[in-house]
Amino acid sequence: MTQQQVLDLYFLEARHQLVEIAAFLDRMERSGPPADFRARAFAEAVKILDGPGSNKAREVLLAFSDPTPEPIAAATTKAACGTWPGRTET
Amino acid sequence: MRYIEPHAHMVSRVTDDYERMALAGCEAVCEPAFWAGFDRSSAAGFYDYFSQLTDHEPKRAAKYGVKHFTWLGLNSKEAEDVKLAEEVIGLIPQFLDRPNVLGIGEIGLNKNSRNELRVLEMQVDLAARHGQLILVHTPHLEDKLKGTRLILDVLKNDRRIRPERVIIDHVEEHTVEMVLAAGMWAGMTLYPETKCTPARAVDILERYGRERLWLNSACDWGRSDPLAVPKTALEMKKRGHPAAVVDQVVYQNPMEFLQQCPKFILPSD
Repeated sequence: MTQQQVLDLYFLEARHQLVEIAAFLDRMERSGPPADFRARAFAEAVKILDGPGSNKAREVLLAFSDPTPEPIAAATTKAACGTWPGRTET
Repeated sequence: MRYIEPHAHMVSRVTDDYERMALAGCEAVCEPAFWAGFDRSSAAGFYDYFSQLTDHEPKRAAKYGVKHFTWLGLNSKEAEDVKLAEEVIGLIPQFLDRPNVLGIGEIGLNKNSRNELRVLEMQVDLAARHGQLILVHTPHLEDKLKGTRLILDVLKNDRRIRPERVIIDHVEEHTVEMVLAAGMWAGMTLYPETKCTPARAVDILERYGRERLWLNSACDWGRSDPLAVPKTALEMKKRGHPAAVVDQVVYQNPMEFLQQCPKFILPSD
């Protein structure tokens, strides 16, 4: 596809999604300081969007991922929360 | 348009979904064993589930002219209890000769724990001993990258496993490359919020080519869409992909992989 075709097909949808993200950030801002690691992880991942390259979806996914190589001792939950706590916990 | 739905949990869908899928061109649906949304209390619960997958569900699908196939295994969400896992794995061989069973699946990892890994190895061994195809579930969200790496290590370390007989499911942009590089098949799951959207799945096809890739809805009891595969075919058409290319992705590719099991025969064959 040409960039013109990409815009014709996806601009409105992407615009909608961008406004939704902006509104989410506004909501977070109004609700006080970051409550847990997810807010910090999201803020870090958003920075990728303004960077160079054409692998941004991959980079965002990597930013939310557990990079450690070893299995954990035991599963204490079945659920995933969307981002690895260890990356932004200090 | 014709298509194969290679991963759908139809036991948790209403009969109307079979009708809608048939109307959209679905010729076959393949149903891996999975987590019911709650932990079963004993191996007997799995015996009943495997009976449902191999006896009842094919009849429900047949009413709409859809062929139903299945995969048997213990989902990683129930793999923390190794004793239960051993009992369930012990049940599976008696079902493997049933006419709609394609292989062992969906097995894999969920939270990447030691017990999950141990049970994965046990099920890979089961598949190897019985010459079965393997369908692997990769973990969700933040656990997917690590889980995919651990799963590939298990499979590569077992010399009995031929990579072309393994499908690694739920790949995304950060895991697809390592799966294809390992010589295995990669499945893209189309979900409204997690995993791939139709647009991202087509992006991956355009970036990595159409070899050893398939699309599935993995529709179940959660937010999911049993028509996600034909909707992604429409996405491909909107981008100008020819009908033959769409057919390769939604029909010929799953056919090529699944026909490695001689039981995978469609009425049109």
